[in-house]
Amino acid sequence: MRMLINVAETVVADALRGMAAAHPELTVDVENRVIVRRDAPLAGKVGLVSGGGSGHEPLHGGFVGPGMLSAACPGEVFTSPVPDQMVRAAAAVDSGAGVLFIVKNYTGDVLNFDMAAELAEDEGIQIAKVLVNDDVAVTDSLYTAGRRGTGATLFVEKIAGAAADEGAPLERVQALARQVNENSRSFGVALSACTTPAKGSPTFDLPPGELELGVGIHGEPGRERRAMMTSREIADFSVHAILDDFTPRNPVLVLVNGMGATPLLELYGFNAEVQRVLTERGVPVARTLVGNYVTSLDMAGASVTLCQVDEELLRLWDAPVSTPGLRWGM
Amino acid sequence: MLDADFFRRWMTATAASVDREAERLTDLDSPIGDADHGSNMQRGFIAVVATLEKEAPDTPGAVLMLAGRQLISTVGGASGPLYGTLLRRTGKELGDAAEVDEAQFTDALRTGVDAVMTLGGAAPGDKTMIDALVPAVDALEDSFTAARAAAEEGALATTPLQARKGRASYLGERSIGHQDPGATSSALLIAALAETAGESDE
Repeated sequence: MRMLINVAETVVADALRGMAAAHPELTVDVENRVIVRRDAPLAGKVGLVSGGGSGHEPLHGGFVGPGMLSAACPGEVFTSPVPDQMVRAAAAVDSGAGVLFIVKNYTGDVLNFDMAAELAEDEGIQIAKVLVNDDVAVTDSLYTAGRRGTGATLFVEKIAGAAADEGAPLERVQALARQVNENSRSFGVALSACTTPAKGSPTFDLPPGELELGVGIHGEPGRERRAMMTSREIADFSVHAILDDFTPRNPVLVLVNGMGATPLLELYGFNAEVQRVLTERGVPVARTLVGNYVTSLDMAGASVTLCQVDEELLRLWDAPVSTPGLRWGM
Repeated sequence: MLDADFFRRWMTATAASVDREAERLTDLDSPIGDADHGSNMQRGFIAVVATLEKEAPDTPGAVLMLAGRQLISTVGGASGPLYGTLLRRTGKELGDAAEVDEAQFTDALRTGVDAVMTLGGAAPGDKTMIDALVPAVDALEDSFTAARAAAEEGALATTPLQARKGRASYLGERSIGHQDPGATSSALLIAALAETAGESDE
């Protein structure tokens, strides 16, 4: 194992100290593992809290700031944060207008946010939740924990963040977040396994010349393994998997997301293929974002997320945002 | 009769066992999960032992409630709330009695296991910790030793199952052939219980 770390036990704390040094515009509580926008709480405005395991950077800490999240709670690598962190985050950003928890559908995240919601409500903080479950690779929730939350999380956090900054009330912010989730679908592929600091070796064995189709973002293998495909073939497979699941009637936002170890050269090339398939299938594209946003440590590979938008969602997507990981319009 | 000291020693024995087996738990979690179960449980039980030493609760119920709360605050993932709930609900059920007998404890543990099933939505056969805990509670009607054997057997029996809950469920048929890490750590918890009871007999 060659990693730029000290020891596995301090990886998250070390990263937070570095983040604090790089981003004085954020309040980074290293000990309690909460990242808060410095101007929180904003009077009369809904607070937005998300969180999940570390290893997905810039998600979620990198999306804290004006126009997006109010606070984020990073857990251990690939492990959901604990309720104490979430309650602390909620208390730090609540102005009395309530707090929306944005939760990715993974058993640990769901259970810990549920417990946190109860504890926060005991402290008099009004909590609403939205569950992100956009991954079409998981098909049957009767026999699984349900669809995973992946790339759509970025769309939910951005659009709900814009609405909260405009002063929309909690019910409205929650409704918009749900609308974004319901209109989003993702599919991911892995070209290599990732290595967690705690284990120090790849989390699964992927021989050269093969790839995993339908992966999540925690280093788990995917839906099926195949011989390596071209960018064109992967784009065809991924976009078709999404469009088999839903048919957008409006233009879509496109996220071509790197898993952490795939260079932009490849991601842009992949995006060209994704756009080609969308054109062939008659799906109009409103906006496209290409980069490493919802990552899986050092995994090579990419995911595609489509989010069908109406004028309101598109306007909120275009609204100014200023975070370490996403920034435009200001 | 089982007193607060018994439950404190159970938690200490579990911590020692999880510490010894952390690498194995993480290895089991690697092909079907995300390779962190051992380190997460290790972190949680180190915190449990530290907090029990500091706060020294004096009833069985208080020991388990404090231990459960500590797991929820330190483990994260699904294991934190699930193991935390198991101990908290069991402890709550024991109330504030200074001592409990084995039958009372068995009933309380059954309540705790039921609470875990409700929280996680898992049933026996879903390839989760429940597959070790349910047979363990049934066998606990007989003896601690029987409970230990039943939990270990239950954990081994998860190998051919297809996961329907938790992260392994995303693998579908590919989860078959791997022993469930959660059932394995649950077997460690029950083995530590038998070990603690064995010490008391001497």
